[in-house]
Amino acid sequence: MALKTLLPGRSPSVAPARPVSGRDRAERKLAFRMTAPSLVIMALVAAVPIGYAIWLSLNQYSVRTAGLSRFVGLDNYVAALTSNEWWAAFGQTFLFAGLSVSLELILGTAMALLLNLAFKGRAVLRTVVLLPYAIITVVSAITWQTMFQPNMGLVTNVLSTLGLPGGDVVWLGEHGYAMAVIVMADVWKTTPFAALIILAGLQVISAETYEAAELDGASKWQTFVNITLPLLRPAIVLAAIFRTMDALRVFDLPFVLTRGANGTESMSMLAYTQLRENRLVGEGSALSILTFLTVMVVSVIYVRFAGGNIRDVAKEEQ
Amino acid sequence: MSTLTAERPTAEVASRPKAPKRRLRGESKLHPMVWVFVIAVMGFSLIPFYWLVNTSLKKGASLSQGELFPSQPTLENYLVVFQNPEFLLALRNSVIIAVVTTTVALVFASFAAYALARLKMRRKAMILTLILSVTTFPAIAIAAPMFSIWREIGLYDTLLGLIIPKLTFALPLAIYTLTSFFKEIPRELEESAYMDGATPFVAFRKVILPLAVPGLATTAILVFISVWNEFLLAVTLTTSPEARPVPVAIAFFSGTSEFEQPLGTISAASVIITIPLVILVLLCQKRIVSGMTAGAVKG
Repeated sequence: MALKTLLPGRSPSVAPARPVSGRDRAERKLAFRMTAPSLVIMALVAAVPIGYAIWLSLNQYSVRTAGLSRFVGLDNYVAALTSNEWWAAFGQTFLFAGLSVSLELILGTAMALLLNLAFKGRAVLRTVVLLPYAIITVVSAITWQTMFQPNMGLVTNVLSTLGLPGGDVVWLGEHGYAMAVIVMADVWKTTPFAALIILAGLQVISAETYEAAELDGASKWQTFVNITLPLLRPAIVLAAIFRTMDALRVFDLPFVLTRGANGTESMSMLAYTQLRENRLVGEGSALSILTFLTVMVVSVIYVRFAGGNIRDVAKEEQ
Repeated sequence: MSTLTAERPTAEVASRPKAPKRRLRGESKLHPMVWVFVIAVMGFSLIPFYWLVNTSLKKGASLSQGELFPSQPTLENYLVVFQNPEFLLALRNSVIIAVVTTTVALVFASFAAYALARLKMRRKAMILTLILSVTTFPAIAIAAPMFSIWREIGLYDTLLGLIIPKLTFALPLAIYTLTSFFKEIPRELEESAYMDGATPFVAFRKVILPLAVPGLATTAILVFISVWNEFLLAVTLTTSPEARPVPVAIAFFSGTSEFEQPLGTISAASVIITIPLVILVLLCQKRIVSGMTAGAVKG
């Protein structure tokens, strides 16, 4: 299992020796032929469009006359990087990613620890926990909208019945509250993913390790902090990487919940709005390239500083 | 954890001696707080579902007052949804898009994954890293240029125009998940095929593929869910009900009239498209879990 290969202590599988070099060459040729179709498709549907987007972003297109354009160099980028909208969306996206991913990792670790305990009903709990994962994001947004809708929502009703603040708030109408709903919808849907990755990491830790700690008289908390967490680190980092990359391209949730109003617009949404609503092809393309670069820079930083285990896997493949 | 039948016996034998020990340890010391957590987690997962269904069964005053239990539950919202031709079209579109994309991705991915899992190959690590990094691309970077290209060549607002870019994300997900499944298949089986004079390709077709059926099924489920869920490409590259898939149709669903609170019908539509996915999770829970953790890729 790939996750296990990311965890320490696994000896690399040794390929059986096949000394005949002619056979090697044939095998390499076959390997090339089998991967080529996929790589060609991915180049055509990913690399070519992104390359074309770079070209589009260097031009300005007439909104009135179709096909009329002029080369403007980096003007669209300068305009975007000096605009309040871009930096607002940038800050907003990172705020969303920071909040939702931290909550997902904390809750996910807690869920994984629960699912790793032996108790009656563990199978039921696992099924229940997995259910929100199958929900499409748009429906997750709608679900949480029904929870927080003024007068109609469960949360708003319970809060006002108990006389707590928030009962008479139009949650999606104010920045902080709207963000809370968006984060909640994301945490609800994607914590199962984090939990299952972390659970897989938890199951690799051997029972003997815990028994040794128990013999040494370590308390449960000491065991958790000094043994479980360090050994879980690779799994948590892996969950963090995938969740962060996904959170930074957030689009569906603010689109359905607020249409980007009240300062909830994400980077992807801003690019979409410029492109589709305002028909600004050059500006929209520049914004989507900036979004792309931002996500790529973050992933490189992650892999460099936190993902040593991922590089080890890459080495092992060679 | 493994879904591969070939490995199942060994995995069970290995875990069996440990299991009773853990159970004893766990059950004897299970703190009452644990049950509080279990109930909290279950509540957090299930209550929103309850409220979605609850909302979908209400109309009029019962809906706008937010009754905890619908006093006059009605299926009227569901009737409205099923009488809406745009919703039915969207269902059809989503099924076509998801089935075609999943099938195409699986065919190409199974070839690539076999080479990456088993064959000697130049720059294998680089190729794997490249494939993995594509899954983290923000879809807007593909959607923005596709919007321009498709309008030029007439693929804008068509099903094919959606299937092609959706492959960008379906293919790497399928390759990555399948590669880790193929790696689990014991090498001995191929070796004996080689002894019988089989070429690597024959070994792939006759030995690996039949053994990998569970892995292929798991990958298909994950890719299907991910394609079905995808929203940004779908909303950017379509404009008419003829090409819109379900998530976009629901996002633009506006109810029957401007005087009726549309949330009742929107909830009903959400429940309708959620039911098949919930059934899928209930039936294929083990598969989904093993696939998610095998590729360790977001489905």
